[in-house]
Amino acid sequence: MAATARDLSKAESVIQLKGVNKWYGQFHVLTDINLDVKEGEKIVICGPSGSGKSTLIRCINRLEEHQRGDIVVHGVTLSNDVKNIEAIRREVGMVFQSFNLFPHLTILDNLTLAPIWVKKMPKKEAEEIAMSLLTRVRIPEQALKYPGQLSGGQQQRVAIARALCMRPKIMLFDEPTSALDPEMVKEVLDVMIELAREGMTMLCVTHEMGFARAVADRVIFMDRGEIVEQNEPEEFFANPRNDRTKLFLGQILHNH
Amino acid sequence: MTDAMPVGDRKPLPPPVDETGVVGWARKNLFSSWGNGITTIVLIAAVVWILNWFLEWALFTANFTATTGSECRGGGACWALIREKFRYIFFGSFPYQQHWRPLFAVITMLAMLVLSADRRMWNWRLLVIWGVGSFITFLLMFGQIHIPLSLILFVALAGGVIGLTLRSALAPSSERMAYYALIGIGVVGLALRIAGVLPKWSIAIAPLSYVETSLWGGLPVTLILATYGLAFAFPYGILLALGRRSNLPLIKGLCVGFIELIRGVPLISLLIMASVMLPLFLPSGTTIDKFLRAQVAVILFAGAYIAEVIRGGLQSLPKGQFEAADAMGLNYPQKTLLIILPQALRVVIPPLINTFIGFFKDTSLVLIIGIFDFLNTANQALVDPNWAGFPGEVYLFAAFVYFIFCFSMSRYSKYLEFELNKGTRR
Repeated sequence: MAATARDLSKAESVIQLKGVNKWYGQFHVLTDINLDVKEGEKIVICGPSGSGKSTLIRCINRLEEHQRGDIVVHGVTLSNDVKNIEAIRREVGMVFQSFNLFPHLTILDNLTLAPIWVKKMPKKEAEEIAMSLLTRVRIPEQALKYPGQLSGGQQQRVAIARALCMRPKIMLFDEPTSALDPEMVKEVLDVMIELAREGMTMLCVTHEMGFARAVADRVIFMDRGEIVEQNEPEEFFANPRNDRTKLFLGQILHNH
Repeated sequence: MTDAMPVGDRKPLPPPVDETGVVGWARKNLFSSWGNGITTIVLIAAVVWILNWFLEWALFTANFTATTGSECRGGGACWALIREKFRYIFFGSFPYQQHWRPLFAVITMLAMLVLSADRRMWNWRLLVIWGVGSFITFLLMFGQIHIPLSLILFVALAGGVIGLTLRSALAPSSERMAYYALIGIGVVGLALRIAGVLPKWSIAIAPLSYVETSLWGGLPVTLILATYGLAFAFPYGILLALGRRSNLPLIKGLCVGFIELIRGVPLISLLIMASVMLPLFLPSGTTIDKFLRAQVAVILFAGAYIAEVIRGGLQSLPKGQFEAADAMGLNYPQKTLLIILPQALRVVIPPLINTFIGFFKDTSLVLIIGIFDFLNTANQALVDPNWAGFPGEVYLFAAFVYFIFCFSMSRYSKYLEFELNKGTRR
């Protein structure tokens, strides 16, 4: 609600997907995806499992390769050029469903790794940034522990801080709360909501409809590799137009 | 978990008394039933009987002082034979007056291995330890080392290339310039040397008399073959394992082909090929030292096995680790060296040390091509007609020495596993 108050139409577009198609073997995962993300926009992507929503955001930082169409991130077109891919990955942070922290490194080393090696930042500076981010996600006291010693919710907050350490312009969230025990979902969502209010451009694959209502500028519903419907959250939940959307919303809201 | 649920006033109870203490332990583990009690007694009796027989032979009736084999006969073990022959068993045909040289070479190598076993040394210090240690070892063994100009140039080139690849991400520009300078010197120098502009010049370090490799024998030979065999095979195996998982079909194909080819033949056939067939293919006049050929064969063979062990470790890592490293913008060398290998190698410490132990013992196969490693010199000690007829003592002694090395490695593996998993254990 807070977000819809801002006028996004004048904002610069930071991600453009034009006619993106992808196949896994014979299986058509993404069909003619067109998407334009403005700077500071928060998008929630939902849909049944296997609908291609994770694949879509993973194409944006080239964890998956698309076969047709163009993806432009911050003016850089994704191609097989490694330099382009690395440039985009420096600007785009990602948070995974299974956290994917590096278990052999301390929390602090997890955070400072990319700034030191990718951005060539001096160690001391990187550690200062890392500590301020850990304070922001409310776990500075865990800095010298290893990921295995933290709870799931704490690990996911570390993962968010790790992505933010690179000072990204865009954040991708791939079902960030799906692997968490119910009592830990809120602590992660709170951090994400805070991040959204600060103006970060965010693409979140999630089924947390409360989160969508609170921060999303736009909710996208995907099914069978297509964008079926997209709208502002109020409209999207109150008046879904497509039958598939209605069916999906009926199923997930019924469970809540 | 962050907070424990309140449990009220319940206090933890002490464990039941009859399961603690020596008596409790013995009752629980040795005499828990009639059958187990009888088994325990029978096994203890068997152990006592065997130990008694062995000590009688090896200690109480053994002969430590005889000067010929015939004096030894009739009693227990003839350890006098080991006393008489131990210098030959340990150092082979190395000139007798110079035996202090292989002795100190062995001590140097052991010191080098013990130092590099310490985790705090795993940085630039390791290079210094191995550089200095190897130099001393081979200076003692050879007595004289000639360092040709082309080798120095080649090392400069290799150092520059390796430095640039490994440190490209972190090094300040001055350090990068130094690497470029090294590469430049190496390339230009080698080109000039090949073109014949630079003379065939070398630095001679010759404090001792020269001893050629065919006179080397005993423990230093086994240690050199195993230490340098594994020291080179390890990084080589890592490269093969990474290559086998490469997306580039040519690299992948070469690595798979090499590994399967080497694993498909016995080490002995590879050694025989290196010693008999390789010289036939070389242009006449060029000779490569037989010892060096055996060493290379061991490296190639061990590399293929180590590669497969490491591949197991690589495959055990969840895909998410690769993806997280990719998503952060790490490039391939950074991802491999910082994220993937540290985790993969940790997983494979037990099978890796197992392979190392296997190869330490397999170096004894070089006796097939007439290299006098420790087992071979022990074997030769039996040939003396004055001391014929005591193979048991000699082989037992050799086995004991091998056991000390292998058991140390096994213990070290255990320590390393504990040490490296300290932080990650819950």
